[in-house]
Amino acid sequence: MNQEVALELRREHEATEKTIFGFWLYLMTDCVLFASLFAVYTVLRHNTFGGPNGRELFSLPYVLVETFALLTSSFTCGLAMLAAQRKAKHEVLFWLGVTFLLGALFLGLELHEFSKMAAEGNSWRRSGFLSSYFTLVGTHGAHITIGLTWMAVMGLYVRSRGLTDSVRKRLILLSLFWHFLDVIWIFIFTIVYLYGSLNV
Amino acid sequence: MNSVVSEHGDQKLTYSKYTAGFVGSVVLTLTAYWLATHGTASGNTLAIVLGVLAIVQFAVQMLLFLHVGEERGPRWKLGMAGMMLVVILILVGGSVWIMNNLNTRMTPQQMDQYLKSQDSL
Repeated sequence: MNQEVALELRREHEATEKTIFGFWLYLMTDCVLFASLFAVYTVLRHNTFGGPNGRELFSLPYVLVETFALLTSSFTCGLAMLAAQRKAKHEVLFWLGVTFLLGALFLGLELHEFSKMAAEGNSWRRSGFLSSYFTLVGTHGAHITIGLTWMAVMGLYVRSRGLTDSVRKRLILLSLFWHFLDVIWIFIFTIVYLYGSLNV
Repeated sequence: MNSVVSEHGDQKLTYSKYTAGFVGSVVLTLTAYWLATHGTASGNTLAIVLGVLAIVQFAVQMLLFLHVGEERGPRWKLGMAGMMLVVILILVGGSVWIMNNLNTRMTPQQMDQYLKSQDSL
């Protein structure tokens, strides 16, 4: 009897492992999507068509605040996972809430920056540089939007169902997704904003 | 009885790893920011230094936030991450190389001629 239970547990554990690996494969293919957008941006970044370049458009202190909002949210997402490991439901909800608010702050700052640029006549229609800029950073922002929606749904699940195995498995996938988006942002911060302000 | 998802994949999560990852990322981000705004290095040198800082931060977050390389047994996750890096290298490196090459080989006059020949069609 005991052996059967152990076997069943092992089978379920392996199924969980497979799900996590499958999600990991998705993240790796998503990397390829971002890589191609980075390639397009790198090729087009000097093609400003008489319009403003990155140095004139980007405000580094503003972007630094955005970066810290996202980086801190990645950390608090990790704290939520530690709480989930201890099965501390209220802590999970608290840290998920903090992560959500920081993510929403990041998205709000980004959308404000986008709308300000568009209002000044520097939308994606202005130049090849701006088309590739909006596509790259906008795709990251779209991922963040999906992540926030997912996080809100997981918050409701944790509240109503508690930290069951199935809920915790999904929390692991969500945390992988969220950390991954912060990893992508490192390169947006460096290649788009820092390089843009140096004009290299 | 052990729970099915008591572990993150194979490894145990620890507070110290997340804290180290966070502090490391903050320090690397601030260093890059400070160098870009107050640094005295010239364009290309600075670009290389900032690139290296980004790659170090990438490694820090992959190891400490995404727990790459901590799994047991056949390391499929690590293998796929390596494969992804190769694909990215070929994709980005190749594109930039080819497009820069085309750019330098095409003079403005040739570009004008080309555009005119397209107009007449």
